Order: sequence, then C-alpha cells, then structure tokens
Amino acid sequence: MSLHESGAVTGVGETKYLRGTDRSALSLQLEAALNAVRDAGLKPSDIDGLIPYGAGAVAEDFITNFGIKDLRFSATTPMGGASAVAAIQCALAVIQAGICRHVLLSIGRTGYSGGRIGTRVQQMPQFRTIGEFEMPSGAIAPAQLYAPMARRHMELYGTTSRQFAEIAVTTRYHASLQPNATMKNPITVEDHQASRMISDPLRLLDCSLESDGGAAVVISAPDVSRDLAKRPVMVMGVAEGHPDSPSAITQRPDLTTLGLAKAAPKAFAMAGVTHDDIDVAEIYDCFTYMVMCQIEDLGFCKKGEGGGFVENGALGLNGRLPVNTHGGLLSQAHMAGMNHIVELTRQLRGESAAQVPEAEIGLVTGYGDMGDGALAIMRRS
Amino acid sequence: MDGYDKLVPSPTPDTQPYWDGLSQGKLMLQRCANCGKVRHYPRPVCDACFSMDVTWFQASGRGTVHSWTITHYAFHPGYKGELPYILLTVDLEEGVRMNAQARGIAESDLRLGLPVKVGFERVKSDLTLPVFEPA
Repeated sequence: MSLHESGAVTGVGETKYLRGTDRSALSLQLEAALNAVRDAGLKPSDIDGLIPYGAGAVAEDFITNFGIKDLRFSATTPMGGASAVAAIQCALAVIQAGICRHVLLSIGRTGYSGGRIGTRVQQMPQFRTIGEFEMPSGAIAPAQLYAPMARRHMELYGTTSRQFAEIAVTTRYHASLQPNATMKNPITVEDHQASRMISDPLRLLDCSLESDGGAAVVISAPDVSRDLAKRPVMVMGVAEGHPDSPSAITQRPDLTTLGLAKAAPKAFAMAGVTHDDIDVAEIYDCFTYMVMCQIEDLGFCKKGEGGGFVENGALGLNGRLPVNTHGGLLSQAHMAGMNHIVELTRQLRGESAAQVPEAEIGLVTGYGDMGDGALAIMRRS
Repeated sequence: MDGYDKLVPSPTPDTQPYWDGLSQGKLMLQRCANCGKVRHYPRPVCDACFSMDVTWFQASGRGTVHSWTITHYAFHPGYKGELPYILLTVDLEEGVRMNAQARGIAESDLRLGLPVKVGFERVKSDLTLPVFEPA
C-alpha cells in the first residue's frame, strides 16, 4: 500500500506576515486556519482531523473555536521545521485509513514579538541533549549549531560565502514580487558580504527571519477534493527522514548529510517522477546553506556540488530549478515551512504572484531541529 | 562565583559521572560493558548491542578539529562578554566527538585536523566546563 495520491491540498491560508504584533499566536493561527478552510470552500466544522504545529494551539482550541462536533484525529509531528511537511504524510495516512476526510495543518506564532529563538530552543524537548552538553559552552541557537555543518562543507568542497549569497539574493528578489512578504528591498551579493557575522560562516543575510503570523493548509481525501472551491493539488509522494545522531549534530558521522537524504528516494519513488520533472521547489531555508545542502540531499546534484549548482541565477524563476518563489523563511516570513506548502500549492494552481510558467510538478521540503527532514512532491490537477 | 549568568546543565543519573569527571579535571566517557563500543553524549543504551551495562573510563583528551564556528552574536545575555568566541567540534581519539570553546587558538590557525587537547575551566563552585587548547 502506498500513500501515492491518497490526498490533495484543497485549501491554503495565511495571515498578513508581520514583524511586530500585539495579537496572540492562537489568534493568528486560527485566522490562518479560517482562511485555509474558506479557500477550500469548506466550513470550519467540516474539519475532522488536526495536525497543528507543536506550539501555539492544541486540538481543543480548534474544537472550541470552530464548533467541530466530531473530531476524529489529532496529532503533532514534532520535527521542528520539518513538522509541516511531515504532517502531510501523517494526514495522508489517516485519510487513506478512512479516519478523516479533511485534515487541517496549521501554525501561528509570535516569533518576532514573543520569545526569540535563543530562548525558545531551551524549552524544546528535542534540544535536551544539546541543552545539557553544548548550550553551557555557548552553543545555543541554530545558527551556532548549524554553522559547523556549513564550515565543514566549505572546507571539504571549496564552497564559498558568495555562493550562500546567491541563495539570499534570489530569495529576496522573489519576496519583492510577493504582496505578503516582510522583506522586499532587493539585495546584492555585496550586501550579503557586508552584512554582519552572526556565527561564522553564517552572516545576518544567511539567516531566516523571526516573524509573527499564521499559515495553514487543508488536505482532503481525493474523492471529496474534486467538489471543492479550488482545483486540488495532488500529493504524489511524501516521506520523512531522520538523520543519524538526531539529538546532536556534533556526533553525526557525516556533518554534511541531513535526514532529507533518507526521505528523498522514498518520496521520488512514490511519486514516480524524476528530478527533471520538478518545475518548482520550495526548500526549507532557515539558513542559506541549508538550501544548498538540501539540493544535494534531494539528489539534484552530488554532495559537494551544491555551491556550483546555485550560481548564476539557477534558483530564479527562469533558472534551472526555481526555488522559494514566495521569498521563503529568509525574506517572506518564518512560518516553519507551512508557508512553503502554501506557496507550492499556489504555484501548482497557477496563482502565485511569482509564478513559474507552466508549473505542473513541484516539491516542498522541511528541515528541523538537528537535521530532521521531510519531502512532498505534488502535481496540479 | 555567585551571579553566574550563563546556561547550566541539568545532569541526570545517566550523565552525572561525566560532570563529576570534569569537576575532577578528567574527561570521562562511556564504554559499553558488553561490546566495548565508546559512546557520547552519555545515554542509557548501546546502539550497537543494546546493552544497558556501561563502564566509565578516562579519555586521553586528545583530538583533532572536525569543524568550527566563530560566534559574533550572543543568543543569551550571559555570553555577551565572551564575543567573539570559537566553538570547536572535535574528533576525540576514542572515536566520538565533543563541542567546546577554544582557548589559545587563533582564528587564522583553524583548519580541519588541527590537533587539540581538552582543558578544564571551573566556572562556578559546582560546574566545570571543558575547553580545547592547542595540543
């Protein structure tokens, strides 16, 4: 049994993305969820499955606010930034099992106005090992924990900071085309090179944003998806992958390989497509280097060739592999990758503000915690 | 040493011998009592043979640099005074890795394979942290 085309994205929704709000994360999450439900042409009470992002709202909040009379399934997929895409696999499984017809994935957060990342990670159970053995030495935030992965890649393969800059510059340009992006002023490679160092080799413009807002997705059973408001976007293949040594990057045999490398062959095989079939890719971009590393782990090029791959506008709308057409976590907003699923859906409906012409098949990845990965491949219908 | 304003570990029964070792100026690692595999960070089960029987032994403290970062931004206010600081990921001779700050190593000296040895810094009365020094 396979999850191939056992579910479709039928609704997507967002709040306005902000850097500064006086609203609660719960309110933002519920607004985004309402927008996703309405986008699908459903009533909030039609939702019978819930997979909210780990923090901000629980199933009880949705039952209470949406008047859901018979919620049949709720779960979380605690994989940090891979949670949203991993939740697609979870949703398809419960749909295929006949438990649910409409599963809501959602996030709402006050990442800018509330606690910042250096504080949040101290409270996350996935960071318990790091909390004991690395944080006391001052290795606290993802920028510091991931930087040695990027540094090793640079030392082994000659990857350069200017190649990281290519990713930041292209992503910012895409954000400049999007109405709901928080960072829209175009930047250059020189701007990137002049931005202050956060944790070498990662500069400020290698790092994603802290954002306030919400995003949500409805995934429905194929047989009911065709009667809804928008053309469904079919999930062709999906998988999650957990890296070796998932609690501590330090102990990973190969610092330059992520959990995505385990998920990618499974998802491509399930989808029945090859890399040449991918028209657009929304790749989790907590840091520029992570985009490059995932391009390798997805199999678009060999390990170590990601630096060359991203050069010369390869990730632009007319490039070899258009990436993060919404502006990503780097320039649109940090919605832990839920916004990447929203954007892939829009691309495959043909309704993105930065549309890739004739986009028929695309992929979306998640990356989280110490290297968790998830991948979904979708097609227009 | 009151007023220590940095993050502190919360040892468990599984990890306490590591912290006790540091406070005595020793780097203590776990070795599986059944199959002999060395593991780090400390944890209850051997992932090679699944034995829960473990012994602790004193490591040599010698290793080589596997990777690094130089932090210029304080993600916790307690570390602001140390900026910039070098965090080394080190391959220990025993086959496991550690992450700790560098001491006495210039940024320009950093390279893969650079030999280092562990040092011990008592940061408060009941906490000693490892650091890496030139070997």
